[in-house]
Amino acid sequence: MTTATSRSGATGPRPAPPPGRPGDRARTDGVRTDVPGPRIGPEPMTGAKSLVRSLEEIGCEVVFGIPGGTILPAYDPLLDSTRVRHVLVRHEQGAGHAATGYAQATGRVGVCMATSGPGATNLVTPIADAYMDSIPMVAITGQQSRPLIGTDAFQEADITGITMPVTKHNMLVTEATEIPRAIAEAFHLASTGRPGPVLVDIPKDVLQEQTTFTWPPELNLPGYRPTTRPHGKQIREAAKLMTSAQRPVLYVGGGVLKAEASPELLELAELTDIPVVTTLMARGAFPDSHPQHVGMPGMHGTVSAVAALQEADLLVALGSRFDDRVTGKLSSFAPHAAVVHADIDPAEISKNRRADVPIVGDCKEVIVDLLEAVRAEREDGTADLTAWWTRLNHLRETFPLGYDWPDDGALSPQYVIERIGAIAGPDAVYAAGVGQHQMWAAQFVKYEKPRSWLNSGGLGTMGFAVPAAMGAKMARPDDVVWCIDGDGCFQMTNQELATCAIENIPIKVAIINNGNLGMVRQWQNLFYKERYSNTDLGTHKHRIPDFKLLAEAMGCVGLRAESKDEVDKVIRQAMEINDRPVVIDFTVGADAQVWPMVAAGTSNDEVMSARGIRPLFEGDELAADVAEVDAVTERALEHNDQAGE
Amino acid sequence: MMHTHTLSVLVEDKPGVLARVSGLFSRRGFNIISLAVGPTEQEGISRMTIVVAVEDLPLEQVTKQLNKLVNVIKIVELDPVASVQRELLLVKVRADAAIRSQVLEAAELFRAKVVDVAPEALTIEATGTVDKLAALLRILEPYGIREMVKSGLVAVGRGPRSITAAAVR
Repeated sequence: MTTATSRSGATGPRPAPPPGRPGDRARTDGVRTDVPGPRIGPEPMTGAKSLVRSLEEIGCEVVFGIPGGTILPAYDPLLDSTRVRHVLVRHEQGAGHAATGYAQATGRVGVCMATSGPGATNLVTPIADAYMDSIPMVAITGQQSRPLIGTDAFQEADITGITMPVTKHNMLVTEATEIPRAIAEAFHLASTGRPGPVLVDIPKDVLQEQTTFTWPPELNLPGYRPTTRPHGKQIREAAKLMTSAQRPVLYVGGGVLKAEASPELLELAELTDIPVVTTLMARGAFPDSHPQHVGMPGMHGTVSAVAALQEADLLVALGSRFDDRVTGKLSSFAPHAAVVHADIDPAEISKNRRADVPIVGDCKEVIVDLLEAVRAEREDGTADLTAWWTRLNHLRETFPLGYDWPDDGALSPQYVIERIGAIAGPDAVYAAGVGQHQMWAAQFVKYEKPRSWLNSGGLGTMGFAVPAAMGAKMARPDDVVWCIDGDGCFQMTNQELATCAIENIPIKVAIINNGNLGMVRQWQNLFYKERYSNTDLGTHKHRIPDFKLLAEAMGCVGLRAESKDEVDKVIRQAMEINDRPVVIDFTVGADAQVWPMVAAGTSNDEVMSARGIRPLFEGDELAADVAEVDAVTERALEHNDQAGE
Repeated sequence: MMHTHTLSVLVEDKPGVLARVSGLFSRRGFNIISLAVGPTEQEGISRMTIVVAVEDLPLEQVTKQLNKLVNVIKIVELDPVASVQRELLLVKVRADAAIRSQVLEAAELFRAKVVDVAPEALTIEATGTVDKLAALLRILEPYGIREMVKSGLVAVGRGPRSITAAAVR
């Protein structure tokens, strides 16, 4: 164990919310022109100061970023701000994912800042990630001075052009007087309607310009009017279907978390006795321990959850978007189901699957209205779900999530993740990277609470976990934050451990080190005749890097576990350390695979609970049928050849 | 079944709006047949007339995606029957002394105007529906078309009602 010499120790800055601000109340209502509080200004100051004052007034507590040439003017007043804490990251991608982690853990807007050119382009990945997962994020970038724009000046990049397809909105601020309005609009756009990233690009000379600061500014967004109130007629239609359907399912997506609608969802589920599935983005929106929770659907979902969708006669989609990873082959998805689709984004409705009852609205308002309408409908009686529950309970009991220990005596990755979940418990926050460990973390950690599971669902961004965990820990300093990462992912963004060590952000990192790009290896095993092209990272073979030493070099505590009996011990050891980050190298077997699986491009009906076992497929016996599996993998391969992964 | 649709889109007159709109079409895999943009009666508001060839369901999707653009204020699909749709054509036709009168006669039939004359060529200006201009071009084609340019379709709904930004506020 080593200690970073530059660490500021016990007197160092603590990631705590500033006094006088509600610590845990999510600001989902965004910013309005009639924000309460004193009217400020006009006060003369520079554009840079106006930017920092705007961030203060909008309630931004933390900015993750790195200074550089064009954003330098903004960093000067930031030094004096007592209300906005800046966390100096090691790479802009880390700043972006940290902002996302902060936002996912709280519902508040996450903010990142970078300079022009490479600083801004390094933000593109986290911005695209936030766009796919509807994360409220504001990215502030410096830009070359106005006279230099368009001249290929040093560190110039057209970042508004580059990020146009991956932001909810972006803007180039051309006058210093516009800064407060731009910031207020960015926060409003990011946090209302369907949340998303908004980029504000500010030229250096605009930051340097003398201006006056006035607050609150008036928002000018004539084309932006998100619909939050659902239509009464559609709600009544939905309620009718919900009380008459024989095999209904509540198909819950991330929108329920964003709308903070978990309590209402619980009430609706219990009122109707309808089975609930929670997608990868919605883990924690409904308690895993609840008897009505039948699991996560999708490519690596439980058999019961996949079957529930396939056999349903009614899907009530709440804030979910019929992603291809959930539907499998779209034409055979939930073939018998009528669809009620509620989403705040009208463009999601009937995008992939036609909705019979489209409902545009905020999930919370939708569920509240549904509760009332369903209660009214139930007075005329309701369908008997006994047979449906018998079927699903049978599947749950026959095909529970499970795993085998590796034959070679290596440590089981699933066991490690299961134990972390069991020891850290449902109050902890879990952030995952992308790949096998992510799927196992979604399967084997039991989520009971909203905002306890952070991951990159839509874009599938490797390297998400360490910075996201850092952002979450900044937002919720009193909660335990575990980063469950793979050895591949970890090597993409582990530089932020230095940030965590120096800024006193004591996250706990579990590297599920199987020595390989595990998910890719799994596909090579299943679909590429076990030809392992470029997936061995050498982290087993050569122990390069040695994660324990790497952790220590970064000012963290480095631990390692290689056998079953060490697992609990190191997890408990990590739980005790709260003055610095901890990294545990769990050296696990390379051959473990994620099951169940719906091979890409195939139908959900062909879900395999384990290799060769297709419980839902007509005429299939439960015993493995290698020829059948080959046929499925063949179809998946053809699909991959045609469509790419 | 592919149909052409005419979308009238009110947008904020801000830098980058055209890129946002056209980028959205290409990103979502839609082909723009024509796009015309210009100011409206309201300051700060521009109108784009976009003609796309697309099936009905994807059209609904692209309209919804367009609506999500913050600078887009309103989208109306204009029914060809219930709207006036016009395009402007400038076409330079080979017309030496021997055939000039024939070309002029053809132009006359379509109520087109000659706006420039040179010894070997005439430049003709014509406005009309897409069909009318296509017919004119068919007639002029045999003489030899040197150069042509079209404005893209612009359209406005028939009757007293108007599409304005204020109506949606």
